[in-house]
Amino acid sequence: MSAANTMTLNLKIWRQKNPQTEGKLVDYRVENVSPDMSFLEMIDVLNEQLIHKGEDVIAFDHDCREGICGMCSMMIDGKAHGGFKNTTTCQVHMRMYKNGDTIVVEPFRANAFPIIKDLTVDRSAFDKIIMAGGYITANTGNAQDGNAVLIPKPIADEAMDAAACIGCGACVASCPNGSAMLFMGAKISQLALLPQGTPESAKRTLNMVHTHDTLGFGNCTTHAECEATCPKGISIEHIARMNREYTKATFTYYEKNRSEGGA
Amino acid sequence: MMTSAVNHYFCSSIGRKQLVAVTGLLLCGFLISHLLGNLLLLAGPDVFNIYAHKLVSMGPLIYLAEVGLTGIFLVHLGLAIKLNIENLKARGGKQRYYKKTNTGHGTTFMSQTMPLTGLVLLVFIILHLLNLKFGSYYPTTVAGVEMRDLYRTTMEYFQNIGNAIWYSFAMVCAAIHTAHGFGSAFQSLGLNHGKYFKHVKRLGYLYAVLVGGGFAFLSIWAHMKGV
Repeated sequence: MSAANTMTLNLKIWRQKNPQTEGKLVDYRVENVSPDMSFLEMIDVLNEQLIHKGEDVIAFDHDCREGICGMCSMMIDGKAHGGFKNTTTCQVHMRMYKNGDTIVVEPFRANAFPIIKDLTVDRSAFDKIIMAGGYITANTGNAQDGNAVLIPKPIADEAMDAAACIGCGACVASCPNGSAMLFMGAKISQLALLPQGTPESAKRTLNMVHTHDTLGFGNCTTHAECEATCPKGISIEHIARMNREYTKATFTYYEKNRSEGGA
Repeated sequence: MMTSAVNHYFCSSIGRKQLVAVTGLLLCGFLISHLLGNLLLLAGPDVFNIYAHKLVSMGPLIYLAEVGLTGIFLVHLGLAIKLNIENLKARGGKQRYYKKTNTGHGTTFMSQTMPLTGLVLLVFIILHLLNLKFGSYYPTTVAGVEMRDLYRTTMEYFQNIGNAIWYSFAMVCAAIHTAHGFGSAFQSLGLNHGKYFKHVKRLGYLYAVLVGGGFAFLSIWAHMKGV
């Protein structure tokens, strides 16, 4: 890599010591940025500089750095994950920017995602939604024969599209209402489509939706900004499926109180 | 479990927005019947006045319809305000983004202005009732029957250019409001399917243009025609 190819970037990064203190945007200048670096590697370089200067490094979430774990977040220039189609922050490369660009970097902001430090936010509200029912309780035992339960290919594909959700929270961050409907819709939809998930679908949907509503998320008004920024390209059709499941569950599902258990 | 799930429904995010959706679609239906009635203005004073007289002569039925319509409207308005306040809070408290850019593939001018166009329509409806339904009363006789000359009240109202402009502006707001609301209502009710949804959205745009445009056209026509 010749020095001629490197860029100098101006960054405005949100710095906030802890949840209690107020934060602010701080200007940084990063030199010698290779176009082949990922966005996170560029921040690593900046953090190295801060360490040498004896300053506090910028805290940010990251893990796999290959676009599948859902840990990296960040609003880059006002868009979740930078706003590139089907791309997480770790897969944003500096060649997508020009020498001399000014880039604003902020944390995901939502009432249900309180800031921990700098660009790190607490997304455990998502875990609480999953804990309310985003699983199946059947003991599956050994792996079955692959063809024992037949699932039509289009249904399997649709479930897989929903299962692509990595729970990063970009949907909440970009939603003008701070709603987690796309995340929850993907999780409910994925299980509702498959034979393993259908037996518990009604109870799951009721519990997950009611948990969502207690965590400070907003209500969907169908802006579809979530769908547009989702790094996994998840469609709001899954929200509609969740709405159907929820209505059905509300008006049809109930459990009898059985003290002695069923026969 | 049964009752508690149903109770939850009316407090839940999905349940309440489905109520907003259903009441919104019912109001869309009302607008069609209202527009068809208004189009009788084109047929002249007698036809229009007889139609209006028939409506108010329906006795308990019309009161029932009015109470029902007011109820639907209040549920739609009340829940929409409640949900919007919650949404403002859910955005992230006092600290909003320093920079927020929309992707251009999601949120639209129509979806962003829903609360605003809704409030314009609220003010419009109040003034509309005061100016026309409870406006000046002229008696007239058509075919030997004494009735209200609502045609004259309407035409006089639109002679004022300000009234005609305000009315047309409100109808543009109604078009913007329903253009998003129509498709969004289907989505909230879970009726988004890859096969038909783009047609549902198109139907919403068509509805918005025809109904909003229809009302606005009549106000301009009435202004141009004179008393």
